[in-house]
Amino acid sequence: MTINFSLNGEPCQEASVAPTKTVLEYLREDHGLTGTKEGCAEGDCGACSVVLVRNGTDQRVAVNSCLLTVGQLDGADLITVEGLSERNGELEAVQQAVVTEDGTQCGFCTPGFVMALHALRHTGETVTEEIIHDALAGNLCRCTGYRSIVDAARSACTEPAENSTPRADRETGEWHEFGDEKFLAPRTLDDLLAARLAHPDAPLLSGGTDLGLSFSKGRKHFPVTIFTQDVSELRRIENTATTLTIGAAATYTEALPFVTAAWPSFATLIRRIGSRQIRNVGTIGGNIGNASPIGDTPPCLIALDAKLHLHGQNGPRDIPLEDYFLDYRKTDLAADEVISAVEIPKLSDGQVFRAYKVSKRYDQDISAVIGAFRLTIKDNIVTDARIAFGGMAATPKRAVKCEAGLIGKAWTEDTARDVGELIAEDFAPIDDHRASAAYRVRVGTNLFVRLFRDLAGQDATDVVTL
Amino acid sequence: MVTATDIPGHNDIGPIFDGEPVLASGIVDYAGAPVVAIGAETYDQGLAAAALVKIVYEELPAVLEIEDALEQELYTYPPQIMTYGDPETAIAGAARKVAGEVRCGGQDHFYLESNIALAVPRDDGDLDVFSSTQHPSEAQHGVAHTIGVPTNAVTVEVRRMGGGFGGKESQPTIIAAIAALLANQTGRPAKLRLRRDDDMIVTGKRHDFLFRYTAGFDDDGRIAGVDILMGMRSGNVADLSPGVLARALCHADNCYYLPNAVLRGYPCKTNTVSNTAFRGFGGPQGMLVIELILEHIARELGVSLDDVRGVNYYGTDERNVTPYQQTVKDNIIVPLVEQLKSEIDFDGMSRAVDAFNASHETLKKGLALMPVKFGISFNTPKLNQAGALVHVYTDGSVHLNHGGTEMGQGLFTKVAQVVASTFQIDLDNIKISATRTDKVPNTSATAASSGSDLNGMAALNASEIIKGRMTDVAAAHFGVDRDSIAFRANRIYAGNESVSFSELAQMTYDERQSLSAAGYYSTPGLHWDAAKLVGNPFYYFTYGAAVAEVVIDTLTGESRVLRADLLQDVGSSLNPAIDLGQIEGAFVQGQGWLTSEELVWDGQGRLMTHGPSTYKIPGSRDVPPVFNVHLLEDAPNRFPTVFRSKAVGEPPLMLAISVWLAISRCRVANHGSPPSGETGCTGDARSHSERGGRHPDSRSELTDTAKPLRSCSKVSRHDPVFRANACAYYSAARAGGAFFRCIRCPRTLTNSAISPSWPMLITVRRRSWTSCCASLAP
Repeated sequence: MTINFSLNGEPCQEASVAPTKTVLEYLREDHGLTGTKEGCAEGDCGACSVVLVRNGTDQRVAVNSCLLTVGQLDGADLITVEGLSERNGELEAVQQAVVTEDGTQCGFCTPGFVMALHALRHTGETVTEEIIHDALAGNLCRCTGYRSIVDAARSACTEPAENSTPRADRETGEWHEFGDEKFLAPRTLDDLLAARLAHPDAPLLSGGTDLGLSFSKGRKHFPVTIFTQDVSELRRIENTATTLTIGAAATYTEALPFVTAAWPSFATLIRRIGSRQIRNVGTIGGNIGNASPIGDTPPCLIALDAKLHLHGQNGPRDIPLEDYFLDYRKTDLAADEVISAVEIPKLSDGQVFRAYKVSKRYDQDISAVIGAFRLTIKDNIVTDARIAFGGMAATPKRAVKCEAGLIGKAWTEDTARDVGELIAEDFAPIDDHRASAAYRVRVGTNLFVRLFRDLAGQDATDVVTL
Repeated sequence: MVTATDIPGHNDIGPIFDGEPVLASGIVDYAGAPVVAIGAETYDQGLAAAALVKIVYEELPAVLEIEDALEQELYTYPPQIMTYGDPETAIAGAARKVAGEVRCGGQDHFYLESNIALAVPRDDGDLDVFSSTQHPSEAQHGVAHTIGVPTNAVTVEVRRMGGGFGGKESQPTIIAAIAALLANQTGRPAKLRLRRDDDMIVTGKRHDFLFRYTAGFDDDGRIAGVDILMGMRSGNVADLSPGVLARALCHADNCYYLPNAVLRGYPCKTNTVSNTAFRGFGGPQGMLVIELILEHIARELGVSLDDVRGVNYYGTDERNVTPYQQTVKDNIIVPLVEQLKSEIDFDGMSRAVDAFNASHETLKKGLALMPVKFGISFNTPKLNQAGALVHVYTDGSVHLNHGGTEMGQGLFTKVAQVVASTFQIDLDNIKISATRTDKVPNTSATAASSGSDLNGMAALNASEIIKGRMTDVAAAHFGVDRDSIAFRANRIYAGNESVSFSELAQMTYDERQSLSAAGYYSTPGLHWDAAKLVGNPFYYFTYGAAVAEVVIDTLTGESRVLRADLLQDVGSSLNPAIDLGQIEGAFVQGQGWLTSEELVWDGQGRLMTHGPSTYKIPGSRDVPPVFNVHLLEDAPNRFPTVFRSKAVGEPPLMLAISVWLAISRCRVANHGSPPSGETGCTGDARSHSERGGRHPDSRSELTDTAKPLRSCSKVSRHDPVFRANACAYYSAARAGGAFFRCIRCPRTLTNSAISPSWPMLITVRRRSWTSCCASLAP
């Protein structure tokens, strides 16, 4: 079936391109639209940013075209930098602001910044410095030092755009085929399970912010790719008084408001996962599914005692998230199963939750260490503790000795410090290019001190807050 | 498919020394060295073919660390030792001594556009090469040499680069040469674009250094002598290391008089990719070590770093000779530092930091100043020359070409301003064309911050030649003598009579006078003895200072730069908006080098950080939330550079050493001293509060002898006056020196209108390639 979308307002019916070709290559090679640049092909530099209005929505979101596949365009409106300026040649507001504020030097990163800010202009957010940095976290510039770009953002995005975004609404296909490559886009869980059964080796493509690397850099051509984001059951977010259940294919951006309401500290951490470009397509389901030892959400979800909803040929089953990770990149998922959702219990009385991510750079960096803490403190005595760490082992894991050491103790800074020392007994991390083993252990220990001071409301506890 | 044996010419593209192959032959001396090039019609086809190549390696012993190379005396070329005075005796006789070992890491350029070249076969075996290079002539030589054709058979064109920073000075030659080999072999156009990972693995970076030092000094902290060893990681071959190391040696003095010094430079040969030029070109590393020595002395004496600096700054009339025996004639560092400190209330900031540290247990702040003196000119005198080509057409439009390349630094705009200023015409009348080796030959790299100094002067020369001919024609036309002819506001005046610039262009043609000229410039007064490392390598120095305030979380080591105040000398700025962008960008890049950017190799010599997911350059949030950049006002270059401007590309990068020093202060606030082993400081450290032995008179003596600056009011981007002026300046050289005029500021506009001797006002907004900037990569 053809892939139906619009490109800068013009309808496109694409049947002669591999559905896992990246949108970046598609734009440059098939359309000669070379304003969209490749800076890294791994979703970290933002030079390839484009704006997408996904089918059935009226929101413009920035995405990395280097990780997005053409199959994912089905039904969407795609806007590139070439489509921004008015027909009379007048520059779009962000473009004009970048010119006025001298926000460009070599110009290579500029189209990506313009697209990121174009999306920001249309979110309707009240634009603050924090929001600007959040919106620019996925774009790297090596020339300007950013000040002029931030000035451009401030001047162009403070006033929201007047024109509303029409809803993208068109016929989409449940499968696409080109050459010997199939791209399946099932609509229901049953169809997804059927596809999974028929093609157990086919990768499950959700947002593609990790799997997309196999296409962009790995140059892989899978015979079959199964796309999950059209499965309506997997897109649901159910919010009750006691639990939040996030469909495996719901994006971080979609889940964020609910997470913010329930666990602000978790939400802060999610805002540091990738960039807006990543979070607009990336999913918590994918973050769990790829079983990376340095995924950012699993330590938090384990500490929060989340459980996974799995579906397979034998029906559904629920497992605690911590039992899902078996070893480095190995999981408990059966060949016929999919993750359908993650269910997170909300905090009960006396429970507090904090998560801390430590990385070389605050934004858009992979963590060296993540510590997530759910403590139940009653009358200043710790009655329950669930503590999980990422970056400390081959899988995200609970710090069981630390937990045991805390329970029953009075919650004081000395307790926090003493118990933190048990990290060295819980974990034996490795040296790598993100951090040394010794650093990871030291930071793991010290995060307990930060936790105490944070919960005690003592002065500033994080450099970013100053 | 091309391997070393298929190369028709010479498999050697060494920019300084021979023996640097395009494709490895016999010995592969670092992990990632290109061995074979494959031409294909599609990217995936090429990758599939490459995957079929089997290379059989015999593993040989590798040297991966600077220490090992030093121990085994493995160098890519002979060591460079600079000696001044009698350091041995001076150190031995000094009242106090410090010694230590410290290292600094390298840095990837991370230009957003990776290396790329397109080679197109032409008639008669010629090749046109479109290359993203700062050095078209070297790419031309490299391609001609590799293909085995004379230089005139190869033309290299550079429209612009998506960033360079020194990383595209010598490195693009290998890319261009491989593309040319494939084009030559297939008879079809061939393009080579490196993937980011390949770019980071295969091309050179900023040199990491190991320093070992001994310094002798008196009880005031005044240096008697230093002995500094600089072990630089040259990598597998020399590439530009001789120049980088020479500049490191020439900047180990920074702003300080070293009466006796031995500076030992060792270009360590390691089995890692050859390091190369990077903004600052050894200067940042050289400055880092002297600042560390001064910091060590300060700790030893229990005084502040700035106190130690105060007694060591170069004088203006005495104590003003560098270790390479050049006399510093334009020193303004002391008043510049004092101006910055007083305008930001450095002492008040310092007290506030101390108060914060007293009331916070886990977060600690640090505040530090960094003065910078940077020598301008290529260390190698012959490189300090440039050419330009200017055509005036009969409709009055102007075609400008020069040997410099545009990488985002605004050079094309600056040089066009020079031409517009000379002819007194609007900037829009000037077309700046792509740099090509067949228009201006034998060019130097656009490097060493010298782009506008050299090419601006060459363009000025070309424009003045044409202007002279046009003046003759105008004088004859109006029947007046030449001195009565004035170019002003797109017109040429003789008293009350005038013709337009385009009319005069037509008249000049009609009179059969050439409207085209090649301009040329070479920097005067330079000499350098590369064997003895003495001479007068720099035409002038540029100065700057910065104060950075940093906070660290002592629990995690996370840091954040909270504030930076910069005061940078740019002479009479050709374009303050451009200069501001250069200063801000350089500072943030330097901050990245000293904070989040870390190159990590595994034990096998393989680079582990080869993409932005693992190599973290600063993002927008990392820029100091309070970031005040001030241009030193009313400070025309004391040497007759183009419109009395000064170079700006590299010097501000070193202002970011303030960030490193501030982090060091944070750690002092936390531990009482930087933990030994990390900075390598071996001295007996004392706490921040343990002060003593300070001699308050020592600094004022120097301040008194320094020439006072003219008024240097604060120029901040938040300052409304600056906002207005920075947008659109126009500068012009006049008999009395340079001056600025702003088209946006009504007051100046009025002044200009009533003053006939002032030039007309033109818009000099820099040209932005905002949205569809077609980079080289189609």
